[in-house]
Amino acid sequence: MEQVNDNSVEPWKGGDKPYNASYGKLMMWFFLITDALTFSGFLSAYGFSRFKYPEVWPNPEDVFSHFPFLHGDHPLLFVALMTFILIMSSVTMVLAVNYGHKMQKNKVILWLSLTIVGGAIFLGSQAWEWGHFIHGDKGGIDTKTEYVVHIAEGEDLASVYTLMGVDGHDGSHHHFSAEEVISNLEKNPQYNIRKANREYLSNTESIDYLKENATDVLLGANLKNNEYGHPLFADYFFFITGFHGFHVFSGVIILIIILINVIKGTYERRGHYEMVEKVGLYWHFVDLVWVFVFTFFYLV
Amino acid sequence: MANETKGNWWIWRVFWILLAVTALEVGLGIIKPSFLMGQFLGTKLINHVFIILTIIKAAYIVLEFMHLGHEKKSLKWTILLPALILIPYLLFIVLTEGGYASLML
Repeated sequence: MEQVNDNSVEPWKGGDKPYNASYGKLMMWFFLITDALTFSGFLSAYGFSRFKYPEVWPNPEDVFSHFPFLHGDHPLLFVALMTFILIMSSVTMVLAVNYGHKMQKNKVILWLSLTIVGGAIFLGSQAWEWGHFIHGDKGGIDTKTEYVVHIAEGEDLASVYTLMGVDGHDGSHHHFSAEEVISNLEKNPQYNIRKANREYLSNTESIDYLKENATDVLLGANLKNNEYGHPLFADYFFFITGFHGFHVFSGVIILIIILINVIKGTYERRGHYEMVEKVGLYWHFVDLVWVFVFTFFYLV
Repeated sequence: MANETKGNWWIWRVFWILLAVTALEVGLGIIKPSFLMGQFLGTKLINHVFIILTIIKAAYIVLEFMHLGHEKKSLKWTILLPALILIPYLLFIVLTEGGYASLML
């Protein structure tokens, strides 16, 4: 038992700490519980939609397969790097908190700064990933049946751009109509389509299928259309990674504020670095959420 | 506080564990061993492996980095119990009842 007031002598004046934690730390934990429940609501909604459309849900490794400055397909590599950066920034954060307990101001400044750098690199990576997702990769064809089909060469995924004979990454804005794609399929019999349920059709079957169902050619992804497949995939991607990215962004801002306070010596005068510890809790939580986003968006 | 005298070695220990588990996840995700591709409880076996590895990582972050494992027992369970009860319950309702969603189309 902690020290308890003797209430029989005088009225209770507060001051007991049944949890042996300060008010601020307790409130940070309570906020984090509510935030954890919010994120689990988002992720379970995502799971619900995946189970609703299991046949036609985009395959994450077809979607996130690129690495900056590298050609070809490298599924998972870039998000693995982002995960590593965030875990690393969590480590630097614990080190900052640890040196805060020891009242070593300069080491707190060093490790806090490195944490901010890690957060900024993560945000930059996420911006790259969003940019790539919005710009699109291989293009897709929208159909009347809310399912998106893709261009293939035999049993391998190809792209709308190669079928149309243009460079998809030349920086210009392309637009193709469904009729143009169908006529290029007729001219190039080595191409065919892959239906949303990953069934490959022959060239002539593809042309018949598209003539009956194709409505539009989709290049890139936004909240309404998504070249990779079901539009809900893009909606959840933007919403959940966006909400997480917003947490990282606010985390970086808060870290910068407390870094300024550390440099000014505010916590030195206060006699303890508990503020660094509280912000550290928030920062680790951001890492914790990413661990789950990483699993459910990229691995599963 | 107890960790005032503690060095930094435990931080790096947790770091290496997190890194190893992440590397294992990425490796499994790229290689996709065929013995893990069978169906089990509504999804692929490999997905259960991913979820277990993720929970291991989450436990290390919460209990070590966030220091919850070394807080008072009452605080620890005040934080953990709502999440451990509500989140599996929510998942159970949403994912099992979600099976009917396709019938509503």
